[in-house]
Amino acid sequence: MISRRNFIKLSGGAVAVGTLAGCAGGMSRGGAGGKVVVVGGGPGGATAAKYLRMADPSIEVTLIEANPKYYTCFMSNEVLGGDRDLDSITFGYDGLRRHGVRVVHDMVTQIDPATRKIMTKRGATFSYDRAIVSPGIDFKWGAIEGHSAELAESTIPHAWKAGPQTVALHKQLLDMKNGGTVVIATPAGAFRCPPGPYERASLIAQYLKRHKPKSKVIIMDSGDKFAKQGLFMAGWKKHYGYGTSNSIIEWVSGSQGGKIEGVDGKAMTVQGAVDKIKADVINVIPPQKAGKIAFDAGLTDGDWCPVNKKTFESKIHAGIHVLGDASNSAGMPKSGYSANVQAKVCAMAVADLLAGREPGFPSYMNTCYSVVAEDHGISVSIVYTFDEAKNEIVAVKGAGGVTPSDASAEALRREAHYAHGWFANITNDIFG
Amino acid sequence: MGSITLFKKMVFAGGLALSGAAWAATPSAVMLANTCAACHGTGGSSMAQIPSLAGAPAEYFVDTMKAFKSGERKATVMDRVAKGYSDEEIALMGDYFAQQKLTPMKQGFDKAKASQGQRLHDKFCEKCHEDGGRKPDQGGVLAGQSMTYLTFTMADFLDGQRTMDKDMKKKVDEMLKSHDKSSVDALIHFYGSQQ
Ligand SMILES: Cc1cc2nc3c(=O)[nH]c(=O)nc-3n(C[C@H](O)[C@H](O)[C@H](O)COP(=O)(O)OP(=O)(O)OC[C@H]3O[C@@H](n4cnc5c(N)ncnc54)[C@H](O)[C@@H]3O)c2cc1C
Repeated sequence: MISRRNFIKLSGGAVAVGTLAGCAGGMSRGGAGGKVVVVGGGPGGATAAKYLRMADPSIEVTLIEANPKYYTCFMSNEVLGGDRDLDSITFGYDGLRRHGVRVVHDMVTQIDPATRKIMTKRGATFSYDRAIVSPGIDFKWGAIEGHSAELAESTIPHAWKAGPQTVALHKQLLDMKNGGTVVIATPAGAFRCPPGPYERASLIAQYLKRHKPKSKVIIMDSGDKFAKQGLFMAGWKKHYGYGTSNSIIEWVSGSQGGKIEGVDGKAMTVQGAVDKIKADVINVIPPQKAGKIAFDAGLTDGDWCPVNKKTFESKIHAGIHVLGDASNSAGMPKSGYSANVQAKVCAMAVADLLAGREPGFPSYMNTCYSVVAEDHGISVSIVYTFDEAKNEIVAVKGAGGVTPSDASAEALRREAHYAHGWFANITNDIFG
Repeated sequence: MGSITLFKKMVFAGGLALSGAAWAATPSAVMLANTCAACHGTGGSSMAQIPSLAGAPAEYFVDTMKAFKSGERKATVMDRVAKGYSDEEIALMGDYFAQQKLTPMKQGFDKAKASQGQRLHDKFCEKCHEDGGRKPDQGGVLAGQSMTYLTFTMADFLDGQRTMDKDMKKKVDEMLKSHDKSSVDALIHFYGSQQ
């Protein structure tokens, strides 16, 4: 057999073998150059921009992001519960600039796949060889009677995009009387962060237990089961009296009338299928679809963007890649981890395609930690592979799964630590 | 197909020694290792409670993953994750992380404990965890690892959740005979101080 060293010699040194390459995350495989424009600087877009530069520094990468600061949704539930402040989930784009990414703060209004041009609100035009679009989610207003973007900005925040609404919802909890009622309504259909509403209920319950113990959180659920349900419920029993008459958390499943039909911001009520509930704080998480630009650019089929799962190139418009929450990667949950991993697969594929090479075989994974209480973390972890024939991302059989139901208190305490470790490392991997 | 092209294809597919369909379906080492970064840090250098992988000997990485896979070593998450990778993929990742340069974690430590720890390290640990725990011949990198993680690890070794190999057990027993339990903490502060 030919040794690895000889392989490098034979390939003229232009190709570095992955296992021998010294640089993290990428390898210089001969500068192909080319222009890539990335739309959206969340976990998907920012990671893609950075890893493209790491994979091939000869590629010119421009990132167009509407806002100068990014607030991560991950750990925003700890902001709601008062365990951390907004600053700790706020990130800027200087790290990406250090990687040689040109960062532009503007709103993309149009993408023309025919001429390969991107237009912005301020009137700038960017041309690209390949575009990467990771705009996240938009909300389906009108699905719940009485709810609107305006109402969310004033009295009934969704806080499902972190930032000012996270602060507003936290403030509502601070202002609420002891003995008050908080309602969280979960969305129907695919939505970002499937365990998110239940982590939110947990951390609000923790705040109430500490400061307003006569109060409660009612989860009005659109469905009958949810992510990590057994683990959440066990945690709620342990910390919040779940299942007793004094429980801080109440869960109303869809078939018990949990699916809400309307909301009234003046009367502060939500209309379920069975009951109308009066509350002091209402958090309606609206149903979701791909971010607006995905629709405007004609990248959607239904609510999400169909893509080739090996490269994340759109099935509709060649030359445009879509990833993260906006893509239809049904096999994986819509999570920050998924967006981060998909971005790396996409960045390597784009570098290969620009250089006229066949993209390599992908690998993906996702771990979602949820904090149930201080010192009590749980997780779901899945390794995925690519089913080329079906163009599907599929879980590797016999692997992955959730925290075991008999995990010791010490194991749960460590998972809470690891949740915070994950947060530090992924945010640095995205923005650092 | 020219032989150089074929070589390139094989290199990109990441499976140097595999043949036919098997290599086409094996992700490259970078592709695989990239999926670890969200938890273990970019290039395997962690900034927080999760262990760094950068600079660990490939053999140690492979043994650890196999122990997670078989259930021989307990874990919170990695037992579930390790089962998702073939032995070939694990070997690729092991080689990859062994080549990465560790960026030690920035963390607070107690100076007095760290210097006591250094003396203990020199006496009991240096023989296997060479260069102050920086360049292990066997075992993982200790210098620059998260002190929280090292605390978890040592607790597991001491209460039998994780088995020490013979040499390590002998040295730890020796240390604990002549010093009290705070010696373990001192060692951890020493490794944490190596930034
Ligand atoms: C409460 C909560 C908790 C969560 N917890 C976790 C967790 O613990 N772990 C986890 O992995 N995930 C978690 N998530 C999910 C995670 O936040 C999302 O999956 C992730 O943000 C998706 O990344 P993205 O890049 O697809 O989209 P986004 O993060 O939404 O980023 C999109 C970016 O694009 C920009 N943009 C959009 N349109 C345009 C345009 N036209 N022009 C310019 N810029 C544009 C936006 O300003 C935004 O910055 C959580 C989510 C919530 C709501």
